Amino acid sequence: MTFAATVWLITRKDLLIEARSREILYTTIFFAVACVLVFAFGFVREGRAVTDAAAGILWIAIAFSGTLALGRAFERERQNETLRALMLAPVDRPALYVGKLLGVLILLALVEIVLVPLVALMFQAPLFQHIWLMLGLLGGGTLGFAAVGTLFAAMLVRARSRDVLLPLLLYPMTIPVLIAGVRGTAALLQADVDEPMARAWVAMLAFFDVVFITLALWTFEPVMTE
Amino acid sequence: MTNRTFTILAVLAAAMFLYAPFMIVAAPYESTMGLVQKIFYFHAPIGMVMFLSSFVSGIASARYLFGKRASADRAALAAAELTVLFGLIVLVTGPLWARKAWGVWWQWDARLTSALVMWLIFLAYLLLRKYGGPGSDRLAAGVAIFGAANAPFVYWSVNVWRTVHPKTTVVPTLQSGMREPFWFCFVAFVLLYVLLLAMRMGLEHRRAELETLYLETQG
Repeated sequence: MTFAATVWLITRKDLLIEARSREILYTTIFFAVACVLVFAFGFVREGRAVTDAAAGILWIAIAFSGTLALGRAFERERQNETLRALMLAPVDRPALYVGKLLGVLILLALVEIVLVPLVALMFQAPLFQHIWLMLGLLGGGTLGFAAVGTLFAAMLVRARSRDVLLPLLLYPMTIPVLIAGVRGTAALLQADVDEPMARAWVAMLAFFDVVFITLALWTFEPVMTE
Repeated sequence: MTNRTFTILAVLAAAMFLYAPFMIVAAPYESTMGLVQKIFYFHAPIGMVMFLSSFVSGIASARYLFGKRASADRAALAAAELTVLFGLIVLVTGPLWARKAWGVWWQWDARLTSALVMWLIFLAYLLLRKYGGPGSDRLAAGVAIFGAANAPFVYWSVNVWRTVHPKTTVVPTLQSGMREPFWFCFVAFVLLYVLLLAMRMGLEHRRAELETLYLETQG
């Protein structure tokens, strides 16, 4: 079986299971909305959000709900020991990783389709004015976050206290991605839009993504082997 | 490392640490920052050793993950613990200086933030090893590789962002009276680091041996 065929099979399996119950999608979207609401109480004064609050809240919501989705996605594989069955399959290990990553990415993209307009609406943030740069930031940021997250969540399936260890490992490790996401978004939201700055952060994100994905593909096999 | 070399190096390190304060006192007085600048001779070398240690942990982890050698794992663990220890010293001495030089204890500047992030990554590594249960040594090795790979971003970030932290280029341009104590302290701390690393690895080695012996008597 080719690499691409394996990847597609894994992703399709995950999406099919998710489509039947929509459990992760619905709970994650609701969690993201709840996050925005909670942060709004912290950062809105006299009816107006403080400077740069929208960018920060958007990326915190992505990071928090992303962690939740990652944990849930792999909890599903753990319950029936299906991750072990996957690892026993005679296919490329990196293909398994890419397949799981794609599934998580599609899920997070669906969450962001709800989340981004919501933030734009509630904080009067012109998120759609520079749509391509914004898409670049969202795509690059989510990919970097999910690339590290998928590797760690897969690793932690076998570990004890995995629920708390996942955010503990994931947040410090993805700080560069989150900083790039927040600063890039803030550059697009400020009064005089700083397009070169946003473009620089998109390039930085692309660089992070390449490094993180290469490392994850490289370490996935030995880390997952028992 | 044999016991003999260890003792010699330990005595040498102790002598260097005893002499270091005299060199630091004799170093010229920095005109704008005054006395508080002297913390630089401890702070900067320890920071360098901390990053060195994170690399040691990352490389040892990669060797363990791909070569499956237990000694590499012991080195990775020892180096990770020392990264956290030296990181703690950096994060304590930094604010002491910053309070006098900048007027605040902490700035959300690239260099400070990234040192904190590196420290948190290796703290998470230790937590994973402690509470992750069986098999967490391989998982932790993956974390250490990622952590060490993050370090260059940490180092470059200072040049990408505008920052208030003194740039790393300050080190080669030090004036002559300041250069000697700085490198003297650096060598002393590297020596201390090597000694602690060897001690910690020896301890881990003995623990593994003890476990094997215990299992043998049980079986």
